[in-house]
Amino acid sequence: MKALSQRRRHPLAAVVLLLLGLIVTGGIYAAASGANEAQAATTYTADDVQQGEKLFIANCATCHGMESTGTENGPSLVGVGAASVDFQVGTGRMPMAMQGPQAQQKPAQFNDEQTAQLAAYVASLGAGPSVPEEQYLETTGDAAAGGELFRVNCAMCHNAAGAGGALTRGKFAPALEGVSEEHIYEAMVTGPQNMPVFSDANISPEEKQDIITFLKTVEANGSPGGAELGSLGPVSEGLFIWTAGLGLIIAFTIWLTSRSS
Amino acid sequence: MGDHSHGSPNTSGTVATAGQGVEGEFQNPGLPPHRPRLADTDPRAEKRAEKQVAILFAISVIGTLLFFYAYFFIRLDETIGTLRVQNLFLGLGTAFAMLGIGVGIVHWAKTLMPDHEVIEERHEIRPEEDRVVAEKMIGDIIEETGIKRRPLIRNTLLGAVALAPLPAIAMFRDLGPLPGDALRHTMWDNGVRLTRDPSGTPIKASDVTLGSAFHVIPEGLNDAEHKLEEKAKAVVLLMRLDPSELNPSPGREDWSVDGIVAYSKICTHVGCPVALYEQHTHHLLCPCHQSTFDLTQECAVIFGPAVRPLPQLPIAVDDEGYLIATSDFTEPVGPSYWERG
Repeated sequence: MKALSQRRRHPLAAVVLLLLGLIVTGGIYAAASGANEAQAATTYTADDVQQGEKLFIANCATCHGMESTGTENGPSLVGVGAASVDFQVGTGRMPMAMQGPQAQQKPAQFNDEQTAQLAAYVASLGAGPSVPEEQYLETTGDAAAGGELFRVNCAMCHNAAGAGGALTRGKFAPALEGVSEEHIYEAMVTGPQNMPVFSDANISPEEKQDIITFLKTVEANGSPGGAELGSLGPVSEGLFIWTAGLGLIIAFTIWLTSRSS
Repeated sequence: MGDHSHGSPNTSGTVATAGQGVEGEFQNPGLPPHRPRLADTDPRAEKRAEKQVAILFAISVIGTLLFFYAYFFIRLDETIGTLRVQNLFLGLGTAFAMLGIGVGIVHWAKTLMPDHEVIEERHEIRPEEDRVVAEKMIGDIIEETGIKRRPLIRNTLLGAVALAPLPAIAMFRDLGPLPGDALRHTMWDNGVRLTRDPSGTPIKASDVTLGSAFHVIPEGLNDAEHKLEEKAKAVVLLMRLDPSELNPSPGREDWSVDGIVAYSKICTHVGCPVALYEQHTHHLLCPCHQSTFDLTQECAVIFGPAVRPLPQLPIAVDDEGYLIATSDFTEPVGPSYWERG
């Protein structure tokens, strides 16, 4: 401890402290951001619907109403379709922990079977987008075409590298890294939260597959420039260069003007 | 340069004070005594410093070699990985090549080159005689040219100097055509179909479901001569709301189709694409400076630095059910400019 306190006025102490701070913050962030999972079946039986209704009344009816027609705390679910349930419940956004600007992603509360049962019940209320077919979830599409579609339709909110971004009043477009192919597809079809709907009439299933292929290609290839610093553009890159870069310049300046021992 | 620079390095420590001795005046404290460095007194330290400098220069050599190794021997293949490795080593090689020389020279100067203190006196301020001489020279020049006595020469010279820069103005004016009325018009016109960006396929009104957002370009844009220039003005965002949520002002009642509205995507602040659409709040957000436009109030600005609402494109449905524009934008799109009221 004594050795440490003796070195606290060393010219490089500030630089070391700065680097430590950057490493710790980065490490905590990397540890805190997790992945998600969950898959769902596509055919539902009458039993699924029945089980789903039980789960719905126990877990969802408080906000969405006993008849799923909505209350002042939650919207009607008639016609939102199985895809919507699979996305919202499968990513843990529903049931919400509390009312807020938007539902946050968290570990899913229900397992795949329960999610499918809930989806079956909600799908039985009225026609809506169904869970996507497997063939459109394979990452064998055209990544270049998907990239163009992504930049036109998605990049303004989700960031050109899919790193997410801020919206108004506490709302935000989430990062797309680690989101399953199924959930990406369902988000486009259903338009969860404040995201607009990109129906099959706007972006065809094949084009959606291209977009998914693009996102997964970007994810697999990594950043061509090395450290991506969250892909947030000038904010994180500027912060880095203003702290690390200027720190380095200051360290060199101090060394230049110091006397040799 | 003062006398002290001629002393031996180790004895040039102090400087005599100015010694005016007046009470309260600042006394020149002189320089602190010279402190010899380790390399000045210990031959082993000197040898060590010499070696360190040589190692730093050698690092520079290795950096240069590393650059050429990466340049010639790291072969790029299909993956991004090799490009990343090559970039890394090109950068590291250049950095070591430069830093090795720089750090080496500084270290050399700090440890081995003479470090005796040097005092340089200020130059004396020029005396009054010099000023008088200079004044006389200028007076002589004016007198000998006779410019005061020959107003014809003076006036023609003034005229020539005043006119000479005019060709430059003409040349700079030729650098580009003036925009003319290009800022007021876009490709949109009566009957032009709304098509998807980037494919250019037309959009049926029935395709636009509630909550949808379409990114739209005018029909024929992909074949246009100046495609990017036209696109930069003509891009449109198409959205469908519940018709009861639209509050059209008088004259704009027939600009929408069953709650489908089309607005220019170019921000009226500095021209970023305003394409962040929140389907429940019906807000459009500009990613550059957070200007927020409210669709339910004809895209009036509700937050941020923009001062004009986004221009609305009047739309209708043609016989085949496709969406068409009924005219161009009725006002210039994009940021304000000087000729605009």
